Amino acid sequence: MQKFDKLTGPAAPLNMVNVDTDAIIPKQFLKTIERTGLGKFLFNDLRFTPDGAEKPDFVLNKPAYRHAQILVAGENFGCGSSREHAPWSLLDFGIRCVIAPSYADIFYNNCFKNGILPLVLPKEQVEELMKDAEAGLELTIDLQKQTVTGGNRKEYKFDIDPFRKKCLLNGLDDIGLTLEKEKTISTFEDAQKTKQPWLYG
Amino acid sequence: MSKPRTMFEKIWDSHVVSRNDDGVSVIYIDRHLVHEVTSPQAFEGLRMAKRPVRRPDATLAVVDHNVPTSHDRLKGITDPEAKLQVDTLEKNVAQFGIEYFGMADKRQGIVHVIGPEQGMTQPGMTIVCGDSHTSTHGAFGALAFGIGTSEVEHVLATQTLIQKPAKNMRVLVEGELTPFTTAKDIILAIIGKIGTAGGTGYVIEFAGSAIRSLSMEGRMTVCNMTIEGGARAGLIAPDDTTFEDLRGRPMAPQGADFDKAVAYWRTLVTDDGAVFDKEIRLDAKDIAPQVTWGTSPETVAPITGFVPDPAKIEDQGQREFITRALDYMGLQAGQRLTDVSIDKVFIGSCTNSRIEDLREVAKIAAGRKVAKTVYAMIVPGSGLVKEQAEKEGLDKIFIEAGFDWREAGCSMCLAMNADKLQPGERCASTSNRNFEGRQGRGGRTHLMSPAMAAAAALTGRLTDVRELVK
Ligand code: SF4
Repeated sequence: MQKFDKLTGPAAPLNMVNVDTDAIIPKQFLKTIERTGLGKFLFNDLRFTPDGAEKPDFVLNKPAYRHAQILVAGENFGCGSSREHAPWSLLDFGIRCVIAPSYADIFYNNCFKNGILPLVLPKEQVEELMKDAEAGLELTIDLQKQTVTGGNRKEYKFDIDPFRKKCLLNGLDDIGLTLEKEKTISTFEDAQKTKQPWLYG
Repeated sequence: MSKPRTMFEKIWDSHVVSRNDDGVSVIYIDRHLVHEVTSPQAFEGLRMAKRPVRRPDATLAVVDHNVPTSHDRLKGITDPEAKLQVDTLEKNVAQFGIEYFGMADKRQGIVHVIGPEQGMTQPGMTIVCGDSHTSTHGAFGALAFGIGTSEVEHVLATQTLIQKPAKNMRVLVEGELTPFTTAKDIILAIIGKIGTAGGTGYVIEFAGSAIRSLSMEGRMTVCNMTIEGGARAGLIAPDDTTFEDLRGRPMAPQGADFDKAVAYWRTLVTDDGAVFDKEIRLDAKDIAPQVTWGTSPETVAPITGFVPDPAKIEDQGQREFITRALDYMGLQAGQRLTDVSIDKVFIGSCTNSRIEDLREVAKIAAGRKVAKTVYAMIVPGSGLVKEQAEKEGLDKIFIEAGFDWREAGCSMCLAMNADKLQPGERCASTSNRNFEGRQGRGGRTHLMSPAMAAAAALTGRLTDVRELVK
């Protein structure tokens, strides 16, 4: 997993609430057995007409945001399905950080597994950053310091779970970390097997 | 005495393998369901890291999301991408030694239908699947939630997950439902009340007399759509209805083990005096048959209602969302819901494709005809549901009425296979999501119960089933 520490650049404003995972990546693109290459399908129905032409009004088609690494969005971002294809397509497009007032739980989790920072700020602050993003101003995100700096140098503090922060900063692989606890897992299984033998048919 | 605990806390506590100071825990996963769409990258990850599956015996795989539902499907899948996913799953289960229900197996079906059908889903378990509607299994008092593909890989490799405990919410539904109002109407009404993000960060326990009197099928419908209210998991206390349902199922405990298990399952219910962070109450008698009019499950109203006027919504984000939704759905503010005509009907999905759902449909459809302007399909949740329906002669009623009776799978719930809406087509659907494009690009979805969908099929418009049967 790619590390995440600091990021500066333009942020694409996607001023919509309840952006669901079907909108982030429609199901016809889930028929892949790879994790990569999904960036071209990101926001497919919003970004392209049915015959594949770009919709010029969609934010990621505007010259200023075609290479944005930050996305600013409304509440309940990523609701709907558990498809990890949603963060995979964001990442493949180049998005490393989403800023929104709230996320759906599964999507939120999935971001961390892929080196994407889903950053939460109060609604009013996200609205201020949305304005900066619309004005084409650059934002700076510093994960170590847990700050976002807006276009007018205004600094916003954000919260993040310390374990997730550590994993993102160091690009740690969860599975490797858990397997270090192999002994504890085995002990748990032995105890459970004694109490509830039917779980081990 | 120890502190009173909720059912969620009891299940959680009994699965903690290790815990950090900040509450982040490694929790043990008892059962893992796997399907073709969200697993290929996880198995690939295992192969790359040379890791085995820790508990193949606790894992069950099935194909459901993109398989065809046509009767000739055993001749082979024509869509090369779908075929590649199915072939990949078959290769993976063979390599890692996982039990698998393929298309030719009559136990094949939607992952959340087959788990309970086999008795794999049991009270007190932790159950995961790379699919958000894993919440369905909470109907048995199991802590069950959807996970992403990286987490699928994590569970395959370690049989655990790294999680933070959720908060506790209780939704109490008291009293008796009125005729032709169902579990689907209960959960749609709840989502209408709390909103699609209302349950974010919570596990919801559904309780109250109206919930207790639901069948297992009904309870599964309620828990299934918990995720549409933002909560990853829903729970219903296991009781005699649950135990009787489980008795004798192939993967349920057998003989003396069953009695031992029941004794344990009885201890799982929420203690008196346990504290919920949030509590919501609904009166069952106030719930009418529901139908969604927008592009999010919270945009729901009683069938007797009207399309709302976005101009009256204060919050700007919400107003824009609703305006966009009405535009997408081709509806006018103030329009009477029963005036909306439909083109297609989909009866199926992990929300409503079980035998009880099909019996409901048959009751409404018997001796009537699908409207000439409507194409209506019924997709059973599993091969075994299909077999049971045919044993009861339901298939004859459906075919006689003009419904298309198909093979098991997810089908037009998410339209990954050939079953989908064309742009602008409007569908009465028993599934769980009405997002833009969910049932096909440009397709317009109205969610409702099986009885309501059947009524819509017969009249060609959104219909109050109570009026139809009067
Ligand atoms: S029926 Fe629909 S919601 Fe259920 S598992 Fe299949 S695609 Fe998901």
